[in-house]
Amino acid sequence: MNTPKKQAEMIKEISGVNPLKCMKCGKCSASCPSYNEMDIKPHQFVSYVQNEDIESLVNSKSLWKCLSCFACVERCPRDVKPGKLIDAARQLVVREKGGDYLMADEIPELLDPELPQQLLVSAFRRYRR
Amino acid sequence: MQRIGVFVCHCGSNIAATVDVKKVVEMAKMEPGVVHAEDYQYMCSEAGQSKIAEAIKNEKLTGLVVCSCSPRMHETTFRKAAERAGLNPYMVEVANIREHCSWIHKDMEEATKKAVILARAAIAKVNLNASLKPGESLVTKRALVIGGGIAGIQTALDIAEAGYEVDIVEKTPSIGGRMSQLDKTFPTLDCSACILTPKMVEASAHEKINIYTYSEVEKVSGFVGDFTVDIRKKARSVDMDKCTGCGVCQEKCPSKKNSNEFNRGLNTRSAIYTPFAQAIPNVPVIDRENCIKFKTGKCGVCAKVCQAGAIDYEQKDEILTEKYGAIVVATGFDTIKLDNYDEYAYNQSKDVITSLELERIMNAAGPTKGHLERMSDGKAPKNMVFIQCVGSRCADKRGKSYCSKICCMYTAKHAMLIRDKYPDVNVTVFYIDVRTPGKNFDEFYRRAVEEYGVNYIKGQVGKVAPQPNGQLLVQGVDLIDNKQILMEADMVVLATAIEPDPSVRKIATMLTASIDTNNFLTEAHPKLRPVESPTAGIFLSGVCQGPKDIPETVSQAGAAAVKAIGLLAKDKLMTNPCTAKSDELLCNGCSTCENVCPYGAITYEDKEVNDHGIRETRRIAVVNNALCQGCGACTVACPSGAMDLQGFSNRQIIAEVDAICR
Amino acid sequence: MSIETKEEFRPKIVAFCCNWCSYAGADLAGSSRLSYPADVKIIRVPCSCRVNPMFILRAFEKGADGVILCGCHPGDCHYSTGNYYARRRMTLLFSMLDYIGVENGRTRVEWVSAAEGVKFSTTMNEFVEKVRSLGKNVRLEDLRCRN
Repeated sequence: MNTPKKQAEMIKEISGVNPLKCMKCGKCSASCPSYNEMDIKPHQFVSYVQNEDIESLVNSKSLWKCLSCFACVERCPRDVKPGKLIDAARQLVVREKGGDYLMADEIPELLDPELPQQLLVSAFRRYRR
Repeated sequence: MQRIGVFVCHCGSNIAATVDVKKVVEMAKMEPGVVHAEDYQYMCSEAGQSKIAEAIKNEKLTGLVVCSCSPRMHETTFRKAAERAGLNPYMVEVANIREHCSWIHKDMEEATKKAVILARAAIAKVNLNASLKPGESLVTKRALVIGGGIAGIQTALDIAEAGYEVDIVEKTPSIGGRMSQLDKTFPTLDCSACILTPKMVEASAHEKINIYTYSEVEKVSGFVGDFTVDIRKKARSVDMDKCTGCGVCQEKCPSKKNSNEFNRGLNTRSAIYTPFAQAIPNVPVIDRENCIKFKTGKCGVCAKVCQAGAIDYEQKDEILTEKYGAIVVATGFDTIKLDNYDEYAYNQSKDVITSLELERIMNAAGPTKGHLERMSDGKAPKNMVFIQCVGSRCADKRGKSYCSKICCMYTAKHAMLIRDKYPDVNVTVFYIDVRTPGKNFDEFYRRAVEEYGVNYIKGQVGKVAPQPNGQLLVQGVDLIDNKQILMEADMVVLATAIEPDPSVRKIATMLTASIDTNNFLTEAHPKLRPVESPTAGIFLSGVCQGPKDIPETVSQAGAAAVKAIGLLAKDKLMTNPCTAKSDELLCNGCSTCENVCPYGAITYEDKEVNDHGIRETRRIAVVNNALCQGCGACTVACPSGAMDLQGFSNRQIIAEVDAICR
Repeated sequence: MSIETKEEFRPKIVAFCCNWCSYAGADLAGSSRLSYPADVKIIRVPCSCRVNPMFILRAFEKGADGVILCGCHPGDCHYSTGNYYARRRMTLLFSMLDYIGVENGRTRVEWVSAAEGVKFSTTMNEFVEKVRSLGKNVRLEDLRCRN
């Protein structure tokens, strides 16, 4: 397991995001369609990375509730891209197999019929143009 | 051989902390021509300057090198010190070992090495310096103010009060600028027109002030004290002398569906119009693009109804050429375009408006006669949402990187006025920070919250979505409650970022005044010379230099006026003696230099020369020192090497190159 | 000739800066504490059009490894048209230098305004990096000048 510092570095590297650019305006959270499903809100991702508390981020519900619609990335006035941070946290989980990831049998329980599937939303985003 | 003194400044610890000044002194002593070298804490101080004076007297110095801060900072100081001690001021060179050395390098050894090299280059140059004497040029005692907003008006009034002639050039049909579009002003809530109109009248009635409205600056030439400016007076199609300003033409004009710029396009105006009732001059113009007479040749209603016979369809643009000693730029601002901010639905809904548009709606002379109503259906709003920082403080390409400075305060003003006049309207403000640095500003904002019950929410709006029922669905966040907010609003007001008026780019180019990446004009020094452009004789007033509110604009306008007056009060100016000079024996009369000179300072004359005993008449270049600005373009163009620039001669620069590469 | 030590190669770089824009830009880089290598030494000229190609040739002859010329942005020249002259002259000179073997990377023209301290420092960092990668300039250097 990596140290918290290393983990934060990895997130920054994977996402290409500089959390110091954030001016804490909250436009990301204001734009987020699955805000109410999240325990850690989009505008908080930045401070979690800054405080090197990746563990909480990785264990949060938000990790899997983010739709990757990238509304926050589009609208962020400071180019901070919170969506990319959470994306990077997911990557981190995937890379560290054996860490926290979803088991296939657990999925039906977590599934929320109200919420669009991440895959679906990502596909919309990708093939929109 | 020169007798050179080298003075190395510690600048407190600014230089001494990274540059070993003793070492620089020691190394300088070994350079050719150096007879004296010393270091001192603050060379620019009184004591430092007297050290220089003493050394000049005791050591009979003929040249000086001061290793200190940038020559743009203290070259004049040291030149004056040298002059007082009896040395020609142009025998002083400054080696910049602060901005170009100690401040950017961390390693002491490396920085010291570089400082020594920079000192050497300056010493090598001084070795070849020659005494120069500045010429004199006359000052035209008249000022030009570009822009007729509150900044321009105030500057013009102040200059005129000091007894100098001032011309104001304003591109729109009336003076007044942005301030004339405002309803009330913060933090006192006095009516904008009530405080501006008397100033406008005062300016127009002042015998020393001449106002050219509907006019633009076309061309600028010359230099400080002696600018020549071409002003284009656009054809008004109305005779200024005959028109009585009765307004009948505007009433009868059949072309009424033209977007009203003064009301930010919220309603329409006739093709012949004055922008607003208190316009100065109160003489309409014909908007030729929309006038039926100009489009089809048939109509002429205005000419028929005008009892004074002032309508003149044949009028043409007029070019005036005037001379000025000083030019003040006061071109002001506009709000940014919101085309890139789709999330706020500005282009989709008429009920999403900018703050400047709200200003017009609130104004009794505006499109709704001062009634707060939705532009889509005329209904009175119940819920209003204000969004701060739209396009300001943006790191991306969509907006501006700077804070527009005035939005926090005018939003508090709008919120307060609405709550005061329509207590049943709920007002919500989404903000990132509330910035209220100014006299009585924070108290004003607190009053909006505490007395008027404006709901301030720390957070931003992500999306405004127009609903089929005509409402606007606002999705925002409350960062303190950590809750996302979905609310319906009747109107959304965007605190849109401001940017310099687009016309400033062209004007800056004409004036050769430098401009920054945001199109704000650059000041000569950010702290010590905030109202002067680095280009001599050009002064800055108002928002063209950076975002400002009205009190700041007025005080800066006064400061710019004082600087202009200071210039106009002089009868003569010392000209830069670093001008080009032609060696008549080398000149071959080819005219190349004459063609590259941007000032027309070079002429050719037939002159008798004595070339090693041979007397003959040759065609040679002669430089007019009053016109030459010392750019040096001719020196490089000259094929025979006859042309050289005093103070930056070929030999001097080569000596510097050699010293650096040694 | 002295024996080359294994020290890092430190190029000699001459920067010509016009008094109105680029020199002020360099000052701003200084007062903003934006660092760039000490290899760069600045010579102040009134305008970029004052820079005679002769100065650049002289610098290379005397052992400079790179020469950079900075002026106001096109259209912003204090003398209206000086930087246009400089641009034409340098285009010609640099292609000639390239022809005789002084690589294009050793010469550069850059427009830096008085407000662009950041640009000045990044330009200098890039340029020094480039010249370092090209190594010592031996093409034009007058061997008699070497010390």
